[in-house]
Amino acid sequence: MKGINFTAVYVLWLREMKRFIRAKSRIVGMLAMPLMFLAFLGLGFSGISIPGMPGSVSYIRFLVPGIIGMGMLFTSMFAGISVLWDREFGFLKEIMVAPVNRVSIVLGRISGGATTAVLQGFMLLLISIVAGFAIPSAFSLLLAVVFMVLIATTFIGLGLVFASKMKDMQGFNLIMNFIIFPLFFLSGALFPLDNLPAFIKAISFADPLTYGIDGMRASLIGFSTFPMAFDFFALFAFSLVMVFLGTYFFEKSESV
Amino acid sequence: MSMQAIKVERLTKKFGNFTAVDGISFSVENGELFGLLGPNGAGKTTTINILSTLLKTTSGHAEVAGFNVSRSMDDVRKSIGIVFQDPALDNKLTGKENLEFHGMMYGMRTDEIRDRVNDVLALVELTDKANVVVEKYSGGMKRRLEIARGLMHRPKVLFLDEPTLGLDTQTRRHIWEYIRKLNKEAGVTIILTTHYMEEADYLCGRIAIIDHGKIVAIGTPKKLKDVLGGDVVCLETEGKPEKYMKYLKSLKWIKHTKIHDGEMCLTMEHGEKRIPELVCNAPKAGITIRSVSLRKPSLEDVFLHFTGKTIREQEAGQSEAQQMMRMRMRR
Repeated sequence: MKGINFTAVYVLWLREMKRFIRAKSRIVGMLAMPLMFLAFLGLGFSGISIPGMPGSVSYIRFLVPGIIGMGMLFTSMFAGISVLWDREFGFLKEIMVAPVNRVSIVLGRISGGATTAVLQGFMLLLISIVAGFAIPSAFSLLLAVVFMVLIATTFIGLGLVFASKMKDMQGFNLIMNFIIFPLFFLSGALFPLDNLPAFIKAISFADPLTYGIDGMRASLIGFSTFPMAFDFFALFAFSLVMVFLGTYFFEKSESV
Repeated sequence: MSMQAIKVERLTKKFGNFTAVDGISFSVENGELFGLLGPNGAGKTTTINILSTLLKTTSGHAEVAGFNVSRSMDDVRKSIGIVFQDPALDNKLTGKENLEFHGMMYGMRTDEIRDRVNDVLALVELTDKANVVVEKYSGGMKRRLEIARGLMHRPKVLFLDEPTLGLDTQTRRHIWEYIRKLNKEAGVTIILTTHYMEEADYLCGRIAIIDHGKIVAIGTPKKLKDVLGGDVVCLETEGKPEKYMKYLKSLKWIKHTKIHDGEMCLTMEHGEKRIPELVCNAPKAGITIRSVSLRKPSLEDVFLHFTGKTIREQEAGQSEAQQMMRMRMRR
């Protein structure tokens, strides 16, 4: 493997940022849905007592990290799969004929996508804080951002795997229904995993988002299923594997 | 660097059972304006995609600017510029940003990028549109921007895949002039694909006619037309043509005869002087001549001569499998 071309990574990242800033509707869209989830689920179930949760944690507090994770899951997967948009609009060819190795191209895309996804997560968190979501300290905010970065890289990597296996956006609905939604429901974003039957709970342990959301809960509300360090290392391992797989499949896929 | 900009030997590309490019060989000298002429689905774009490292060869050997396309991919990529058949611009970026992106991807220095952006924008007369997002460009402007982008990093070889496809006549003329200027003044070696006869005729120094993945003829437009020998005389006749054809074939000065679409097409020198003779002898062979036309041979006649069909018929007669393949490859 040849060295990483940092200029190329940077310019691919820059392109992503320019596109992101210009697509105002995209920014609104990616904040609106999670906020609605948060508002309606949070308010609707506000008085509810859920087994497996300590009385000191209100449902809406429990929900905030889950919904941030959900929003980031959607955005990151989409960022990975958006290679297909570039293919559709021809721009992928411009990237692929450039004298830049494939690893740098993948890293550029991951860094661009991860930045937008983390920005989204961060904005959701800020809005929640403004709306009254109290966090223990500034340091816990930093820890949450670390988990956000890992969530973003993991699912962009996964998105790239799918993008490399698909020819066009036709299959995106399938991915939405059979990959993204199950990942969301299995992650414990909406309820503690302890309430699930044992075999489903076992499956949820294979869901990287489980550790991402649990890690954010540990840092932001001080309540989690696993120790924070365990969440970190599990998610870190997932992100490495996904980035590796994403790069591998992207390199193997034909570009025209 | 070797004298040859492109060297292709027995190049083959298969997609499953379908052979898109079937053992072609040709070479292009530095500074040439070379054309690949053929119907859609003949294998032109596949050839370009292989030469630009986007596709891998199935077998055979290809070199661009002295570098092997399968082994020295980065060197090939640095040496070439390419304008794809379908637009490959980022619509959300401005023209200038698209060019800057390109410059950075090709490892150009910042000041070099700034200068080059101005130069190439001026060349294609888009300076005043530099800061407009590409979304708002017309088809012709997009194509010009792509040509400008292909030149950003001063490539030794420029590939143009159907550079005027889908453009109106005026814009087409305009693009032709750019292409000529580039080749003549900047000395860039240009390889273009086209299925427009007049485009190949007007622009290219040499042409390879490609059909069903094979090169059927190669040479300067003049040489290719000379193969036919002189003028093309077409006769529209009524009656059984066999006896008349036999008579025509006995004439030494007729170089080729071909019945196509109900017309007899003959090639000969000084056609205008031979027509009376042809008309006078028709009744003896039991046929009536309804009309006569005389023209200088076009590349269309050359194509007809080598493949037995006109380029339009060839496109119309394509099997569904080929069409599907084309759709797939266009993606």
